[in-house]
Amino acid sequence: MWDAFSGAASSLSGPLPDPTTDAGWSGDHPKRVGFFTDTSVCIGCKACEVACKEWNLVPDDGTDASDLYRLTGMSYDNTGDLGASSWRHVAFIEDVRPHGSATAAHGGPPSGVPVDSLATGFLPSGLPAVTDGAPSTPTLRAPRDAATAPAPGETVDLLALLPDTGAHGQQTPDDERDVRWLMSSDVCKHCTHAGCLDVCPTGALFRTEYGTVVVQDDICNGCGYCVPSCPYGVIDVREDDGGAHKCTLCYDRLGAGMEPACAKACPTNSIQFGDLDELQAAADARLAELHGRGVTEARLYGRDPDDGVGGDGAFFLLLDEPEVYGMPPEPIVTTRDLPEMWRNAALTAVGLGAAVVAAFWGGRK
Amino acid sequence: MTDANAAEMPERARIDRDAVKPRGQKSRRRGRGDELQVPEAEFRSYYGRPIIKAPVWKNPDVPLYLFLGGLAATSSGLGALGGATDRPTLRRTGRLAAAAGAAGGTVFLVHDLHRPKRFLHMLRVFKPTSPLSVGTWILSPFATFAAATAASELTGLFRRAGDASGAVAAVIGPALGTYTAVLFSNTAVPTWHEAHRELPIVFAGSAAAAGGGMGLVGASVRDNVPAARLAVAGAVVELAAGEFMERKLGLLGDVYQKGRAHTLMRASKACLAAGAVGAVLGRRHRWSAALSGLALMAGSALTRFGVFDAGIASANDPAHIVVPQRERIRQRQATTGTDVAPPDRTFA
Repeated sequence: MWDAFSGAASSLSGPLPDPTTDAGWSGDHPKRVGFFTDTSVCIGCKACEVACKEWNLVPDDGTDASDLYRLTGMSYDNTGDLGASSWRHVAFIEDVRPHGSATAAHGGPPSGVPVDSLATGFLPSGLPAVTDGAPSTPTLRAPRDAATAPAPGETVDLLALLPDTGAHGQQTPDDERDVRWLMSSDVCKHCTHAGCLDVCPTGALFRTEYGTVVVQDDICNGCGYCVPSCPYGVIDVREDDGGAHKCTLCYDRLGAGMEPACAKACPTNSIQFGDLDELQAAADARLAELHGRGVTEARLYGRDPDDGVGGDGAFFLLLDEPEVYGMPPEPIVTTRDLPEMWRNAALTAVGLGAAVVAAFWGGRK
Repeated sequence: MTDANAAEMPERARIDRDAVKPRGQKSRRRGRGDELQVPEAEFRSYYGRPIIKAPVWKNPDVPLYLFLGGLAATSSGLGALGGATDRPTLRRTGRLAAAAGAAGGTVFLVHDLHRPKRFLHMLRVFKPTSPLSVGTWILSPFATFAAATAASELTGLFRRAGDASGAVAAVIGPALGTYTAVLFSNTAVPTWHEAHRELPIVFAGSAAAAGGGMGLVGASVRDNVPAARLAVAGAVVELAAGEFMERKLGLLGDVYQKGRAHTLMRASKACLAAGAVGAVLGRRHRWSAALSGLALMAGSALTRFGVFDAGIASANDPAHIVVPQRERIRQRQATTGTDVAPPDRTFA
């Protein structure tokens, strides 16, 4: 492990094809597995959150105990974030914008969604967006009375069904604004270079034979060092038992040849489980497909083995910038700078010792 | 989380969800005007929520552990060299402070664990990648040798062995004083991580001010010259390095300009400056030397509390994550001449 400080080893950062062997497993370990979460087909149903809780016996996450119903008041997302008792978190982003401020990514003009294309599941913008007709596409103009069934080729104005209470601070009339919904099921990234694992002082966090990162609850002493060391804000300490907890990628199910509970429960296959190399190939194909359809806003997140954490075991296809989903745009594992930090601290320690000696210089006055 | 648990986790519970909800970019840091060192940055986030998790480390346990560790680190040196140069009161003060600081620090470190009974689990491995593991292996022998030295000092038994173990503790001491900077820097907390070049110097200065201050409190006027020198040097280094760190952090330094961290750092600077001046002018009088020493120790402790608070505030601010990372992406694209940004950037 000391060779990590020679600067030659890449085990603290940089591309690492096989983190499992790097962690000390013999060469005949299983292939590295992971998740590919394709948010373009996520419907925000939260089945993954429920399945995870049920299978892993994850307790109540107790977010915002002051609120009886635990409503965040910000969107349909009342989980809020990942934590010790939320190992899957479905982010829900709702943007309401006046016309003209939108681009294609917004589901705005010129891509009003025809009803018959909704039926085929083909979304030109790749988004589950609802929009009224745009001035540039007058033939697709939605009926003002949305209770009237639209004719094929017309768009559905779901907003007309809602009273405009100004809840979004918008004073714009219904037919002059666009709505965009983004949904994404977030999870532990099972990083190639996992900050939580590197800083764990007890060895409770370890790299499994599948290349995933798991906490051994009977070892963890609740020091909490992993919590601020995760560049994604995934792992947290559970208050009632004092231990750190996070997604195990269903380590117990993997051993039995089953896929993780969230992937099993996902009704749209937004959460895909498999060998990481196959998932990466599938994701690349999906990205090319979406780009071919004109969904230029689609991008992969955590796919690149050259990124700051050496690539993620759980990576994503997103339809906007990562920070919109609550994820850091370009995380770097903190231990990348650790050799330099140790050098600085050692030099400073020498300086401090020298200062103490120097304070005695010259004998007594 | 029940209300009782919220009380156990004061730092986290204090996150006011309303306060971290979307802030108007115009109102952000309004009123600071010319103090801004970086242009106002626009950023996007998920409903203004924090991106990384703030440390669950307890307050005051961890800042006090840092302070006591620093105090013990330099006190051990003063004790050992005070003995070697025939300064009995400085020797005694240094040895007792080193042992008390190490013991107190260990208690706070164990109490900070959310499962304190498993403290020994940290002794089952040695991991250079975990500053907490390294720190445990620095603190454990240091505390052992410092305690043995203090026992010899108090009982008068085994003086030779006491001198030897005191020397060992004094050699380990500086590492105890600076490793805690790595402990903080080696996290994803932006204000801590980006200060990883300056923080060891700040903490070393703080340790020197604390140990020297303790020497001023405990040693006689005849013996306290080295303590005064060390304390004044430590205070000057801490003030200068702290100021440099805050400036160099730029946008990330804003947490030192507002809230409790700001108050603590200002109080720290006042104490350090007053203590340093007092140590220079008043060293020759027992009472003024002791008062200066107390001020220097208070300044050292306040720095630790201030840095701790600043880190909590930084972790809870999504701008601290998004803005620097976006800037890094932008600079890289500017150098490579590529623009991989998807076209929806205009949506914001």
